[in-house]
Amino acid sequence: MANWTDFFGGFRLTLAHLGKPRVTNSYPKVKRPKQPRQHGRHVLNRYEDGMEKCIGCELCAGVCPVNCIFVRGLDNPPDHPVSPGERYGYIYEINYLRCIHCDMCVEACPTQAITESKMFEFSFTNRADAIYTKKQLLVDDEGFPQRLPWEDWRPGESDLTGGWMRATSPAGDASFEGEIQWTGDLGVGVRAAEGGQSGKRDDEATGTLSIREAFSRHLQPDDVPLDQRGLQGLLKSLEAKRPRRASKGER
Amino acid sequence: MSFATADPLFSNGVHVTLAILLIVIIKVLVGFAVIMGAVVIMIWFERKAISDMQSRIGPQRWGPFGLLQTLADGIKLFAKEDLMPAEADRFVFKLAPYLVLVPALITFSVIPLGGTVTVAGHVIELQVANPPMGILVMLAMSGISVYGVMLAGWASGSKYPLLSSVRASAQMISYEAALGMTIVTVALVSGSLSTHDIVTSQADGIWHWNLIRLGVVPFFVFLIAITAELNRPPFDVVEAESELVGGFHTEYSSLRFALFFMAEFMNTLTMSGLIVTLFLGGPAGYVPNIPHLRWVFPILWFLVKTTGFAFSYIWFRAALPRFRYDQVMDLGWKRLIPLSLGWMLIVAGFLVKPADGFAMAAVVILAWTLLSRAFELGVDRGAGPGALIPQVGERPLPGEVIRALSDQDEEGEE
Repeated sequence: MANWTDFFGGFRLTLAHLGKPRVTNSYPKVKRPKQPRQHGRHVLNRYEDGMEKCIGCELCAGVCPVNCIFVRGLDNPPDHPVSPGERYGYIYEINYLRCIHCDMCVEACPTQAITESKMFEFSFTNRADAIYTKKQLLVDDEGFPQRLPWEDWRPGESDLTGGWMRATSPAGDASFEGEIQWTGDLGVGVRAAEGGQSGKRDDEATGTLSIREAFSRHLQPDDVPLDQRGLQGLLKSLEAKRPRRASKGER
Repeated sequence: MSFATADPLFSNGVHVTLAILLIVIIKVLVGFAVIMGAVVIMIWFERKAISDMQSRIGPQRWGPFGLLQTLADGIKLFAKEDLMPAEADRFVFKLAPYLVLVPALITFSVIPLGGTVTVAGHVIELQVANPPMGILVMLAMSGISVYGVMLAGWASGSKYPLLSSVRASAQMISYEAALGMTIVTVALVSGSLSTHDIVTSQADGIWHWNLIRLGVVPFFVFLIAITAELNRPPFDVVEAESELVGGFHTEYSSLRFALFFMAEFMNTLTMSGLIVTLFLGGPAGYVPNIPHLRWVFPILWFLVKTTGFAFSYIWFRAALPRFRYDQVMDLGWKRLIPLSLGWMLIVAGFLVKPADGFAMAAVVILAWTLLSRAFELGVDRGAGPGALIPQVGERPLPGEVIRALSDQDEEGEE
């Protein structure tokens, strides 16, 4: 039964919203925190001694569902080897007009050579620019992704690249979490394991706690109706969860 | 009569000197500048307030707090291509925006913005014009702006604008009746049609405001009717974006489109000012005794009250869903017109003597009861025992009707 004061409910709600924080962000200036496992632009990693991790095996190119990766391997020159193994990737190209950021290349890579940063805000004015070559993808001498002029990097976007693959086993076993199975990266060292699905590890070492907190704080809905907030709302939600016996009788 | 000396524009006896002419010209120019500036701020205020209510940010790019956004939009509209549909009636299509804008400007001119100022021996009223027919100018102008809307839709040579303009003219005409009736109650109490006199008759404190003097009913009737007259939500069936693309101005672009919108916001402001004038004593309010600055306070009071109403329109827009078209018509004809008419009779009765007032109230209540019973019967005509149309749940679906007909045919063949 509708109460006549319900007519003013809309007025009350809209007025209450006047003093509340805004949901909208001033996007280019302010950005929402990105999820720990956000898929962005790829990076080609290097070992801590500066050697490239890519061995030119073309598994990434083979697994890519949109055929956006082009790799050609070459034997390492004996006098100045590029990678520690037998071969290295001497051509590595990703066409970002095709890439769907599915991260299957990251999953396929046997040496964790290719991972994804969290930076996805980049654009091009012609098709040739959309093809990133090895020169652009490879991390610099300090081990950080190159910040190309047309890319919009923010702090934290180059950390924890390929985070999700550091949470589970290569076979996708979720209970395998916390075991380090990867080599160190130039400039970063051996990255800590990310908190997995069990939620056991979600501490400062993984670096994800603060991001997650910020994210969940941001996603707090402002549109919760007035009667569902605070203590009253809690009691109501408890009431809703309780199994109802009377409902059978009503039917 | 007091107006004869008050406004030299409409006086026969006063000799019009160069000074008086100059004052009039200055008043017109200042009034034009004020309303234009106010429209710019009103558009910004509406966008900002509505976005606050919807947890958005709203305009923020141009100027401090996005204040110059309206200006930027205006410049953009100036630069746009001016389109005209091939089917359009070219002359009327061009004429229509002005038929909306000019009445909006003229209506503003009769609203008193403040008290009086004495400059070099001349008593200047702070309103552009004070014609003796005052409030009737407003009614006449809102009548003309119906033409603007109607012709805009018709001259576009396009379906949806035409539908919208038919809706608009029907709505505006039906609410004008209730509007007129409430204005009559105000005129009865004030004893004058001049807006200046209406305001001065309410100057002696809150208890003399028409809001209270007339009972609160005419105020609310006026508020609802004026919202419908403005075609603002929840009565925006005229512009109903979800149904009619953009309403009567769908085919307009560039500067003409800007004119329509300017007129709309100007009307919103003017009508807010009009409510304040008619029911809240206009510039009446507490004036502290500060020498040389006493004339400022009435203006401030007027501004505060008007802003309050402008905000309430925005609030309506944020809070209320749109009426269905038949609901709009029902509210206008079945509720507001009888209510305002009855209330006008009661007020008239009480003005003669209290006994007459009570007698009139009894008659009006009886009439209201009869009328509401009649409406009830009218609504139920489709549902009673002698119903012409079966009720919705009991009506056969089209498919069933066709099946029944085809069954009959088969039986006939056999």
